[in-house]
Amino acid sequence: MSDTAAQPRSDGDEADDSSAETATEEPTEPDDEGAAGPVSTGAESVVAALEAAGAKTAFGVQGGAIMPVYDALYDSSIRHVTMAHEQGAAHAADAYSVVAGEPGLCMATSGPGATNLVTGIADADMDSDAMLALTGQVPTEFVGNDAFQETDTVGVTRPITKHNYFAGGADTVGDTVGEAFELSRAGRPGPTLVDLPKDVTQDDTDRTPGPATAPAGTDPDPNADQEAVEEAARAIESAERPVCLFGGGVIKADASDEARTFARSYGIPVTTTMPGIGSFPEDDDLCLSWAGMHGTGYANLAITHTDCLIAVGTRFDDRLTGGIDTFAPEAEVIHVDIDPAEISKNVHADYPLIGDAGRVLDQLTAAVREAPDAEAWRDRCEEWKETYPLTYATPDDEPLKPQFVVEAFDEATDDDTIVTTGVGQHQMWASQFWTYSEPRTWVSSHGLGTMGYGVPAAVGARVAADTMGEADRDVVCFDGDGSFLMTMQELSVAVREELDITIAVLNNEYIGMVRQWQDAFYEGRHMASDYTWMPEFDKLAEAFGALGLRVDDYDEVAPAVEEALDYEGPAVVDFHVDPEENVLPMVPSGGANGKFAAAEDQL
Amino acid sequence: MSGDASDDAAVADGSRTTPDADSRPLPDEQPGPDDRDHPEGRRNLEGIRIDPVVEAEHESRRAVISALVEDEPGVLARVSGLVSRRQFNIESLTVGPTTVDGHSRITMVVEETDPGIDQIEKQMAKLKPVISVGEVAGDAVTSELVLLKVEADDPAAVHAVSEMYDGRTVDAGPETITVELTGDKASIDNAIGAFDRFGIVEIARTGPTALARGDTPTAPGEKPGTAGEPTTHDD
Repeated sequence: MSDTAAQPRSDGDEADDSSAETATEEPTEPDDEGAAGPVSTGAESVVAALEAAGAKTAFGVQGGAIMPVYDALYDSSIRHVTMAHEQGAAHAADAYSVVAGEPGLCMATSGPGATNLVTGIADADMDSDAMLALTGQVPTEFVGNDAFQETDTVGVTRPITKHNYFAGGADTVGDTVGEAFELSRAGRPGPTLVDLPKDVTQDDTDRTPGPATAPAGTDPDPNADQEAVEEAARAIESAERPVCLFGGGVIKADASDEARTFARSYGIPVTTTMPGIGSFPEDDDLCLSWAGMHGTGYANLAITHTDCLIAVGTRFDDRLTGGIDTFAPEAEVIHVDIDPAEISKNVHADYPLIGDAGRVLDQLTAAVREAPDAEAWRDRCEEWKETYPLTYATPDDEPLKPQFVVEAFDEATDDDTIVTTGVGQHQMWASQFWTYSEPRTWVSSHGLGTMGYGVPAAVGARVAADTMGEADRDVVCFDGDGSFLMTMQELSVAVREELDITIAVLNNEYIGMVRQWQDAFYEGRHMASDYTWMPEFDKLAEAFGALGLRVDDYDEVAPAVEEALDYEGPAVVDFHVDPEENVLPMVPSGGANGKFAAAEDQL
Repeated sequence: MSGDASDDAAVADGSRTTPDADSRPLPDEQPGPDDRDHPEGRRNLEGIRIDPVVEAEHESRRAVISALVEDEPGVLARVSGLVSRRQFNIESLTVGPTTVDGHSRITMVVEETDPGIDQIEKQMAKLKPVISVGEVAGDAVTSELVLLKVEADDPAAVHAVSEMYDGRTVDAGPETITVELTGDKASIDNAIGAFDRFGIVEIARTGPTALARGDTPTAPGEKPGTAGEPTTHDD
């Protein structure tokens, strides 16, 4: 296999090229747990390392420089899903990791393949999703010479990865890939990348990669300092207006059970961040839903008035905090995070607790001796819930309200249904008007806000659910017309792989969030946000080989939802919704959370 | 078709019906943003609650940060990229080998507030090749090197000034004289001021490098090491 392609140089040269690699252990016995089977090339070593590390699925696109790795995948147990575009591969791998709780794997060739991954890698980086990207690279001797399809991938992806590697030689590449895979999930998860020069993957090696381990020091102590926990517990006991803020870190740490136990044990109202949706059931009496720019009014009021904010696994993004000066201004902040660098980065932590969310919540649950006296506070939160409900007006006939569509899908599906979205107004409605009760059911692009995330994420989520033996779960993608158009080519993948997903396009013929901001802040000058040139998505879906439906009226919604969900395969429903509908409530960018606008005239 | 939908969208508020109208107040029945009760407190830009009596704003200060790193390709790019991407104000950066093969020391001088310095250390510590990082104590030995090229109109005077600052002439020609000086930032600045009157042609400065005094480790947890011996990792 290794001799089929022309070698630009002799095999002997590469052994000295391993200076970029850290020292590796001696090959382990083949019967060691986690050790890979025998290999004969660098590419086989790569695949063996992935198999040994537990990778089950890869998303990618073929190409010249990555061909040796693909060739080695031919006989592998790893399922490869060919995507229509590398960006789709990265988003699918990202969504896979969100749903499965395992690192997602994406692959691309050098140059344009690698640069097309960049958006998806940056997205995973912002959302701390475990992901390994493997990129082909031109042969080592051509690197730096502007060779055909060469990009400095390591340089380009350095600021958007947890760490990236330039593979140095066939003997060490397997260990490097295994390490990168484990590093992606160690401690705070995030994307890693290994750049694979073609000679490294083509060269001969008989060196079997050892068991994959994360580099020393990257998997920190999961327990927080007990003394600090005790101090935080005293602060919780004496709080009068405590609020929990559960972020995406709670879900990544699989700590939803601990989070629920903690909040319920002490009767503490709960808000979440947007990535934290699903960590605490939204139908629980204690739940105030999610806070932030388009979060609920009651969540934002609770955050604003709390005197003790128990923040777990959140990095206090500005879409959550609004203006820092008005964020929880009277609260002592207890901040639980696995990443010490998040402590006091944006909001000062009075009680920093560094550790794994689940373990620290257990520590806190044990350390708090009596519940805070917060009955009056809970009543106040309840009043806010009644005063500022999430609501929308439904006229008797057209135009159809997008929120109604979201609610219709929510009613028609089970609690374990996975929702993916693009980015924009539809994303906000999908998070506001769907009642999430389980972790890993909400898959969206948060920190980077990547339009086009929805469809490839649905592919990745579907593959993850199927891989986990949960084929009966529904996957619903809410997308906007603009967002859908960006990555709809991945529909072809869903058709080819017969993936049972339902895509609900909330089509308002606008790039709607921009239109909303233009109306609020730019005197209604709709510069480049008017998307009246959209194609007919139902017919495009049919052209792809999917089920295509179009809905304009309220009474068509329920039958279309049912037909789309029942269809075994990808279905696209093009919902033509009210183009003027806005996302409310809204905290203007950098504003005070407590001063959210509940109606458009309050902006 | 699409045009019609757009026209229909201009629905007057009055024509709408609200589901569950009994329990859900319309937005105009809810207290508006300014009618709501708001807390008195504030936070400053660093997210610290402001004590109404003593407002805690941090002043920038100069800090020397020392990092022990694995000497792998790209490590300097990773460190400098991190610093620039996060908008930290870097004053100088020097790198050199240590007693251990494969390890380098990066000495960085920054001008930041205390929370900023704290963030630089924490963010650097996250980089995989960074073994240990910390701020060097204020009494540490710091020194930098400068090469000064001045016009050679008055060689004796140049030599005299050079002596005053413990400098060394490393090149002398009919047109220019080049002097090498080492010292802390203040003495180098003073020396440059003194040489200024001869007409400075070129300057090359390294920026400070630093070691902690006595047996205090320069980077936290660092132990003396020689080639082949581990110094420290993830202490």
